[in-house]
Amino acid sequence: MAIELKKVTKVVGIDTHIHETSIKLEEGHFNILLGTTLSGKTTLLRLMAGLEQPTSGEIWFKGENVTGIPVQKRKVAMVYQQFINYPNFTVYDNIASPLKVVRRSRREIDKRVHQVAELLQITPMLKRMPNELSGGQQQRTALARALIKGSDLVLLDEPLANLDYKLREEFREELPKLFQDSGATIVYATTEPAEALLLSGYTATLHEGSVTQYGPTSSVYRTPKDLLSARVFSDPPINTAAISKRGDSFHYNETVSWKARGRYATLPDGPYTIGFRPHYITLKPNNTASISVKGEVVVTEISGSESVIHMRVGKDTWVSLSHGIHPLKRGDTVELFLQADHCFYFDENEQLI
Amino acid sequence: MIDKTTNQRAWFLVLPVVVLVAFNALIPLMTVVNYSVQETFGNNVFFFEGVRWFEQILHSERFHASLLRQLTFTGIILLIEVPLGVAIALTMPKKGPWVSVCLVLMALPLLIPWNVVGAMWNIFALPDIGLLGQMINGMGFDYNFTQQPLAAWFTTILMDVWHWTSLVVLLAYAGLSSIPDAYYQAARIDGASAWSVFRYIQLPKMKRVLTIAILLRFMDSFMIYTEPFVLTGGGPGNTTTFLSIDLVKIALGQFDLGPAAAMSLIYFLIILVLSWIFYTLMMRNEEQ
Repeated sequence: MAIELKKVTKVVGIDTHIHETSIKLEEGHFNILLGTTLSGKTTLLRLMAGLEQPTSGEIWFKGENVTGIPVQKRKVAMVYQQFINYPNFTVYDNIASPLKVVRRSRREIDKRVHQVAELLQITPMLKRMPNELSGGQQQRTALARALIKGSDLVLLDEPLANLDYKLREEFREELPKLFQDSGATIVYATTEPAEALLLSGYTATLHEGSVTQYGPTSSVYRTPKDLLSARVFSDPPINTAAISKRGDSFHYNETVSWKARGRYATLPDGPYTIGFRPHYITLKPNNTASISVKGEVVVTEISGSESVIHMRVGKDTWVSLSHGIHPLKRGDTVELFLQADHCFYFDENEQLI
Repeated sequence: MIDKTTNQRAWFLVLPVVVLVAFNALIPLMTVVNYSVQETFGNNVFFFEGVRWFEQILHSERFHASLLRQLTFTGIILLIEVPLGVAIALTMPKKGPWVSVCLVLMALPLLIPWNVVGAMWNIFALPDIGLLGQMINGMGFDYNFTQQPLAAWFTTILMDVWHWTSLVVLLAYAGLSSIPDAYYQAARIDGASAWSVFRYIQLPKMKRVLTIAILLRFMDSFMIYTEPFVLTGGGPGNTTTFLSIDLVKIALGQFDLGPAAAMSLIYFLIILVLSWIFYTLMMRNEEQ
């Protein structure tokens, strides 16, 4: 086990930043902390780094209790959203700085700096100052500094948030490869569900200071434990509807009903909630299990080859992601097809059934 | 070739600025230039003298002495105020209710008119009735700034430090608050000492504002007049007669308009050249 939080809480003044959290991150893998701003991602990272001490609970690192050990005595590296480099050091000296602090020989430093610079493709910039570099190159320098340290724990706090779209894509592909051979445990905080899916590895979904679910990224995405985790891990947001079960079918708004199949057939009668991602409710029926629902268009956003349609169905507002360009106007009535077998069914406590 | 329509009326748009600059800078400056190359015996009768006044001033021991005094004074107050200002800025709270309290307290000396500062310190430092004067004498030192050159210098410098360190503090504080917290975290993760954080993060990040602070303090202290004039009147003897006090003595005391005008221009050029040198030196590293 690389890093484990045991019943950790963090309270600052009257604000609880982290509710009691226990989580054991996978060693040597990419671990993603996914959540909106203020969901506690950064606080968790800072707790793991030792930049902050938990109000209660313990932090274990490699089978050792490291709670209370100051950050400089732990072997951690951190990369931030802002591009943090020493402003009056050259790129070379910036990358070399972690090794200089621990007084390695000059020849070793030189060798390692060139290796890491090669890996990050910044060898031609070694003699420049950070403020002469582009944002992407500055972040590469910061990443090189984290990498050269050979830390067992690397914390990345939304490292791509300040980069433009193209660079983000480039980095997303490159990052997992970069740290693959280091054997380090990576913790990567992000607000973007799509980023988590692309980086794969393991994901922890965060909501208002609590970890709602943790597991392999694809399984967290495919089987969210509860409605909250599903909400955190969905962009555009997941659609929800309050339904009820009577006999062998589910009813929505008294106008729509469908048969309960498989394991849902045996559920007792009563109220439930369903959640479904926007691409499972479309303008064209996708399979035989499609349920037809009528809605009123609120707004349509058209991107390249897809249409995002926001519409009102009863008192709910849903989002549909349909292929093709559908220039629908506000107030239009549309018929939508919901794929019942791609719905998540939640009980009264919003737990997945 | 593209046909360019020229419209000479555009000059009218610049006219207000030209008039303004002419009246507040060019015309007064040219008057001084005018005086600096002529001799007058009153009745608006002028004789052309060429560079005689300039030669006279540049060879005058009195000017050399004032200039030396001025350079010493400016050097001392820069050496005290800049490090002290940075040190105070570093100890000021970064957030919380005390920030505004500290800022207001710091800004207070800057809000007091210069002649009031002089008068205040004059009374404050009087050896017989002043709080400071009494205190220093009470500690066993013989202190009387109206008679001892050293005491006069000490009081003048203390007054200037009291009056102007705040400016450096405020500028340095602004520079410090613009450093994102992530820098400090990164430094902690690297295991950097407090000195390294200051040397490699805070100082480089404060460089621009400190350059401005040093320039402002240099120019202001080089032109200092009101405060020492009220405090010591340039005395005892001539020991605190700085350039501008000397200049006023020549121009209005002795009514030597020609030499005074020449001295003004030399004085002006010294400030201009020194400021330029300062600025270029401090900005040169930035570009490297």
